[in-house]
Amino acid sequence: MKTNDPLQELARLASENKPETFEQWLRIGMDSGGIAAGAERLLSACRKLVEDHNLPCEIQKSGSYGYAYLDPLVEIKSKSLPPVLYGRVTPEKVSSVTLDHLSAEKLADDHIIASRQYGTALTDPTQSILVLDTSCEEGDKTKFFQSSFQDEIASKLPDSSLSVVRALDMGIYHEGLVVQLLPSRVTYTNVLSRDISRIVTTSLGENKVLKDLLWTKPDPQCRIVLRNCGLLDPEHLGEALARGTYRGLAKALAKNSPDEAIREIEESGLRGRGGAGFPTGLKWKLTREPKADRKFVICNADEGDPGAFMDRSILEGDPHAVLEGLLIAGYAVGANKGYFYVRAEYPLAIQRIQKALEDARQCGLLGENILGSGWSFDAEIRLGAGAFVCGEETALIASIEGCRGSPSPRPPYPSVEGLWGYPTCINNVETLAAAPWILDHGAEAYAQHGTGSSRGTKVFAVTGKVQNAQLVEVPMGTSVHEIIYPICGGVQDQAHIKGVQTGGPSGGIIPENKLETPVTYENLMQLGSIMGSGGMLVMDERDCMVDVAAFYLKFCVDESCGKCAPCRVGGYQMLQLLLKITRGRGSVEDIKQIERICQSMQKASLCGLGQTAANPILSTLRYFRDEYIAYIEGGTAYARKRKKLLSQGESLQQAS
Amino acid sequence: MEAATLPPLEEMDETTRDEIETSVAKWKDAEGNLIMILHEIQNRHGYVPRASSLLLAREMNIPLARIYEVLTFYHYFRLVPQGDHNITVCNGTACYLKGSGRLLSELEKQLGIKDGETTEDRMFHLETVRCIGCCGMAPALVVDKKTIGKNSPMDIPPILEKIRQQEKTHEDQ
Ligand SMILES: Cc1cc2nc3c(=O)[nH]c(=O)nc-3n(C[C@H](O)[C@H](O)[C@H](O)COP(=O)(O)O)c2cc1C
Ligand code: SF4
Ligand code: FES
Repeated sequence: MKTNDPLQELARLASENKPETFEQWLRIGMDSGGIAAGAERLLSACRKLVEDHNLPCEIQKSGSYGYAYLDPLVEIKSKSLPPVLYGRVTPEKVSSVTLDHLSAEKLADDHIIASRQYGTALTDPTQSILVLDTSCEEGDKTKFFQSSFQDEIASKLPDSSLSVVRALDMGIYHEGLVVQLLPSRVTYTNVLSRDISRIVTTSLGENKVLKDLLWTKPDPQCRIVLRNCGLLDPEHLGEALARGTYRGLAKALAKNSPDEAIREIEESGLRGRGGAGFPTGLKWKLTREPKADRKFVICNADEGDPGAFMDRSILEGDPHAVLEGLLIAGYAVGANKGYFYVRAEYPLAIQRIQKALEDARQCGLLGENILGSGWSFDAEIRLGAGAFVCGEETALIASIEGCRGSPSPRPPYPSVEGLWGYPTCINNVETLAAAPWILDHGAEAYAQHGTGSSRGTKVFAVTGKVQNAQLVEVPMGTSVHEIIYPICGGVQDQAHIKGVQTGGPSGGIIPENKLETPVTYENLMQLGSIMGSGGMLVMDERDCMVDVAAFYLKFCVDESCGKCAPCRVGGYQMLQLLLKITRGRGSVEDIKQIERICQSMQKASLCGLGQTAANPILSTLRYFRDEYIAYIEGGTAYARKRKKLLSQGESLQQAS
Repeated sequence: MEAATLPPLEEMDETTRDEIETSVAKWKDAEGNLIMILHEIQNRHGYVPRASSLLLAREMNIPLARIYEVLTFYHYFRLVPQGDHNITVCNGTACYLKGSGRLLSELEKQLGIKDGETTEDRMFHLETVRCIGCCGMAPALVVDKKTIGKNSPMDIPPILEKIRQQEKTHEDQ
């Protein structure tokens, strides 16, 4: 077999597949969330518009930036303006936005999502100004400020062609009037009416920054795993290559040492993002060690947390990154075959992985003699079929083997005896998406983020009663408060936060007074929750904790495979007791009984599902025991009142 | 015993036979192929018909019970056909918190069926799923592949009425 330098080979591939560049383009966020919000209708509307007006504009698709609350998203690049991201663009609105931007080269009002990369120096003279009232008080004053600015400019700088545009989202919340100057991205916050004339004279007229108004906080987010999401067409290998995908793999292959790749991952401190946080380098080493005829690597894309969408967004937005991660894992452990185990409920993710596999195979990134290195590897998709327990490693393996997904006792661990009895390494989607970045940029660059034994970044899907439901990627050690307030804009309706649930059905609640805790594996554990896969559910004062605990428990009872009694029987009994309490018919003895069942489930269940199913209950009992007691002491009358209040709370929210 | 329950091959319709043969041939060399073949069957029919399972058992030379063991374990596989109109309630965490439970009860009340069932006239099928990724629009419903966000129980009757009207004009034509 003729071998070549993998890095040169990759450079050749990248230049052969170089994406065409266009002077004007329009890119629509076509992930599941975007499509649910109408991105497909938007796409046809855009096609029609371009045709009707004969616009020289290329229409492209991308994955998701993660700004779920602003869906559907459209990014537009005109001849002279830099690309601008627009949100909440309905098919009805898209023509005016597009025509403004493309034909008139004018930023469109009310839809712009400002960049989070705030500037601090006024290098270029300002061309446009974004304004947004972020105070959330009665009556949005954005329009008022816009006209004040326009009047001021007209009187002070009569010859200027500056435009003042109302933005949709600045990534800054509850900071009064926010103003961003473009293209410098110098951003002012808490701007008062009297500051407007200063801004116009000094910043616009003399090109000087006003230090007292300047927003200097850096963006708390850090996109490593989401590095390409939203920025490329996930179905286009050339675009992935142009953004450096497969460089980590090529570097690993060029060094010609799987041990070296494992060492790099070990040094980065990367730990499994699927829930348990097992050190990834160590897992690879344990799978590398045994001598065997065959070995396997599996990407666990069975995303089980019923309120989370990190893995799906990554697969839909950047499938090549995950495939590259799987290849690297395969190379490191000595496997020649990999599987994507994907939920059947994720058709778009499946379609995009399939496309990525085909394109990669065509280019020699998959198959024989990858990148001319002499190493061979292939991968294929296996579908899940709607069983949460199949996210557990041994059940997942049984499912790929074509059987019922029942867990089996460990040891033997899959790293020793896994798929068809061979050593197998299973990693989560996010873990695999981080690995290539580490091999490309080095362990140190990754480990520089994070704290203690939690290094790097973590993606969270923040939902519930939060203002901006979205994906967030932050360095480990960022506090929950920082994620909920500065990044996600706080709680809806200015309501009072009660707690944040992490870890889904296996996790627990972080109460309000613990929100400042830095998010690390250890800290969350200490609070009685877990990092989990990254779901974060925000709950406000109107939410009932007993009810939420019952929701998660019911989920686990429904999903229990029934193989072992502690989980099958214990879960069911506990749910009955819990429901009895929420009907106002419980007693203090029932709580004690629940605690006893929790303990035996934790100790005696066969797999992680049963062992952790009690966590949501124990955690609510720990922090919100008074709510349980209220049901018990208040009896049926209280339970009825609670129920009524809860539904009123919901209708209030829907009305707002 | 299994063999006794299988009707003679000739009695099965030809398309079913062709389909199964193609699927089995396609996945023949793949290890642990059963679930993938079942997915193919369900994609074609919307459910896994008994005749297909029977034939599959014969083609793969495995007991029928082995197939049903898998079919009944995984929620995704359906053993009965769906209705003409599919209504899916998102019961992911975010939607739950915002009242998906009451959307479901309203639908159950209006349609007279439970989660996972189909109306007698086969017009509606009702089911629940976990997060469909638009938690910002919670509580979300998917009606015939179209997602509708921010629903309250009051929105349900008009949605159903619209579908019934459509069906009616369809029939009239
Ligand atoms: C009941 C149960 C469900 C799980 N679901 C998932 C899942 O959906 N996705 C996932 O990546 N890991 C899941 N896990 C964890 C996996 O078993 C496994 O630890 C993980 O995929 C390993 O990858 P990592 O080391 O990269 O995190 C689950 C575990 C249990 C016990
Ligand atoms: S703990 Fe529950 S899910 Fe796990 S093996 Fe036992 S019964 Fe099955
Ligand atoms: S929980 Fe319903 S869309 Fe996410």
